[in-house]
Amino acid sequence: MQIIKDREIIEDKWLHLDDEAEVIAGNFTISLTRWQAEHESLAKHESGLGLRLTGEDPLEEVVPDLANFSLIVLNFPAFTDGRCYSFARLLRDRYGYKGEIRAQGDILHDQLFYMTQCGINSFEMVNQQRIADAMSAFDDFSESYQTTVLKPEPLYRRR
Amino acid sequence: MYQYDNYDQAMVDQRVAQYRDQTRRYLAGELTEEQFRPLRLMNGLYVQIHAPMLRVAVPYGLMSSKQVRKMADVSRRYDKGYVHFTTRTNFQLNWPALETVPDILAELASVQMHAIQSSGNCIRNTTSDQLAGVHAGEIEDPRPWCEIIRQWSTFHPEFAYLPRKFKIAVIGSDEDRAATKLHDIGLHLVTNHEGEVGFEVLVGGGLGRTPIVGQQIRPFLEKKDLLSYLEAILRVYNRLGRRDNKYKARIKITVREHGINHIRELVEAEWVQIREQLELDEKEIERVKSHFVEPDYDATAAEDESFAKTLVEDATFARWVKQNVVDHKVAGYKVAYISLKAPGVPPGDITADQLDLVAELADEFSLGEIRASHNQNLLLSDVKQGDLYALWLRLEAEGLATANINTLNDMICCPGLDFCGLANATSIPLAKEINERFDDLDYLYDLGDIKIKMSGCMNGCAHQSVGHIGILGVDKKGEEWYQFTLGGSSEADAAIGQRLGRAIPKDQVVDTVVTLIDVFKELRHEDELFLATVRRVGVDPFKERVYADN
Repeated sequence: MQIIKDREIIEDKWLHLDDEAEVIAGNFTISLTRWQAEHESLAKHESGLGLRLTGEDPLEEVVPDLANFSLIVLNFPAFTDGRCYSFARLLRDRYGYKGEIRAQGDILHDQLFYMTQCGINSFEMVNQQRIADAMSAFDDFSESYQTTVLKPEPLYRRR
Repeated sequence: MYQYDNYDQAMVDQRVAQYRDQTRRYLAGELTEEQFRPLRLMNGLYVQIHAPMLRVAVPYGLMSSKQVRKMADVSRRYDKGYVHFTTRTNFQLNWPALETVPDILAELASVQMHAIQSSGNCIRNTTSDQLAGVHAGEIEDPRPWCEIIRQWSTFHPEFAYLPRKFKIAVIGSDEDRAATKLHDIGLHLVTNHEGEVGFEVLVGGGLGRTPIVGQQIRPFLEKKDLLSYLEAILRVYNRLGRRDNKYKARIKITVREHGINHIRELVEAEWVQIREQLELDEKEIERVKSHFVEPDYDATAAEDESFAKTLVEDATFARWVKQNVVDHKVAGYKVAYISLKAPGVPPGDITADQLDLVAELADEFSLGEIRASHNQNLLLSDVKQGDLYALWLRLEAEGLATANINTLNDMICCPGLDFCGLANATSIPLAKEINERFDDLDYLYDLGDIKIKMSGCMNGCAHQSVGHIGILGVDKKGEEWYQFTLGGSSEADAAIGQRLGRAIPKDQVVDTVVTLIDVFKELRHEDELFLATVRRVGVDPFKERVYADN
């Protein structure tokens, strides 16, 4: 599958592992439930380990474990569910997470600008045919009023 | 008023381009109806029974004459030559073609107007007091703060997909003309014990199916902390607000379910983390305030003697002044309301020709600015007393001098079943009937302030639950019935009205209003206002008579 990462279309190098599936040798992501149950063995995994979160998950409980993950996948079950925008900002701004943050689920072209401002840097688009069209959405706006992950100073300080 | 710089202009222009592309993708079949829906909503475009409806933001109700002329122009070229003002001081075009909306938005952008976030589950247009900056006794002009909030909330990347819509209102005095206690966040400029001005912050007010009066979350917030505190509330709500049931998704339900104390703890804990980063610079506050400096008022305006003379000579003018004109903080100046509640006209509607006239009169008599009020009327806020008669004559000639501000006929009314896909019952034709029944102006003036608010369904767009008399249309086996409430208020003494009793059939609604007024007249102490009488005697005396008659 192709994804967008750091504004480039690339082949995805990650596998999303079900809770029952056997651990593999390469990069994979796991649910929070699985991490909580098997964190001792999973922490020894030699390739990349990623964590999948939904807006329901208690973000703050994961914070001490963040160093274990080179990828955090934020799930958007519907594009109208905006909880993970706050998760992304908190991960970047407050908890200093430097790895990849990926949006997965019901993501449309039109959300990419906001998601990027919140610190999400990779995207699994459902509609693979239109993935190239989506690239233009990063430049929908040249400025934002707010303090964002990309621009830690509000616009008025640049005026 | 605030003037866009290149940054502000670029943002609205880029929004037009973005929406043009979204519309193109939808029309080309690249976006499904379901995918396009939230995108068009965030640009104020609803699809109603007969046609799409476009809601355009009027930030804190303030418009320039240039903008009003553009509204008239757009309504002629792209719609049916009239616009509708809403209770949140926005305006709506009721018949635009979906394909032309990008062009309409481009026209509006050329005069610094937009439809950004005028719908959808995001932070909506910030509203304020229509007398901001011109009435005596104001602690501070709330409009610069509204503008600061407008910029912070516009395209806020974190809060574009909230559990539900989110409305903020700001006032600068004790009187509440903006229904702040019925907003998701209400901000009151207040003075603390040390004499500093800051904000009292209320949260969790709202109307609709579950009307709730907002509660204080912070008695005093320093001005420089405004944005960090708002951001903290929004972040807590974005994470905690319910997403399983849209009727329980507003922050009023979040506050009710978790309790104000718990919400306060969460907000304050979040706030301390972001307070420093989001502290407002004094320079920025001054930059925005510089757009709202007091104009050079004419110090000789009060010396005019013609005003007193015309009052004596023309009784119709005097009646309009008594009802539609209020005092200005500067001697010799007045604030003139232009009623959009003329008999036979849907409340809040105004034609393109009337808009052009209002723009012309604003240029001539009121520093080129026009304001919209929560009660769906317009105002000219800076008229010299010596100009009032000339102003009135021109308004009168165009049907814009109906002298009924704050009377029973100054109703708030939703579009109802005739226009809205959600409504269960009609409202505009009933408003018209009530208006016709109470056609004696002197009788109306004698009754004093009575706020009737009528909605065609439980969504309560006309805020019936806070009407002195609230009327709610309900569907009973395919028939239109109406539920009355009494004693509500959206002002400083905000309260949710009490139910009168069982619903009333459509053909008895106007008679019921007449009965309520009759009972009021009998029970009233001298010049007591309707709301005071209801609060003193309760709903029972009204109830007995209404149901005895039925």
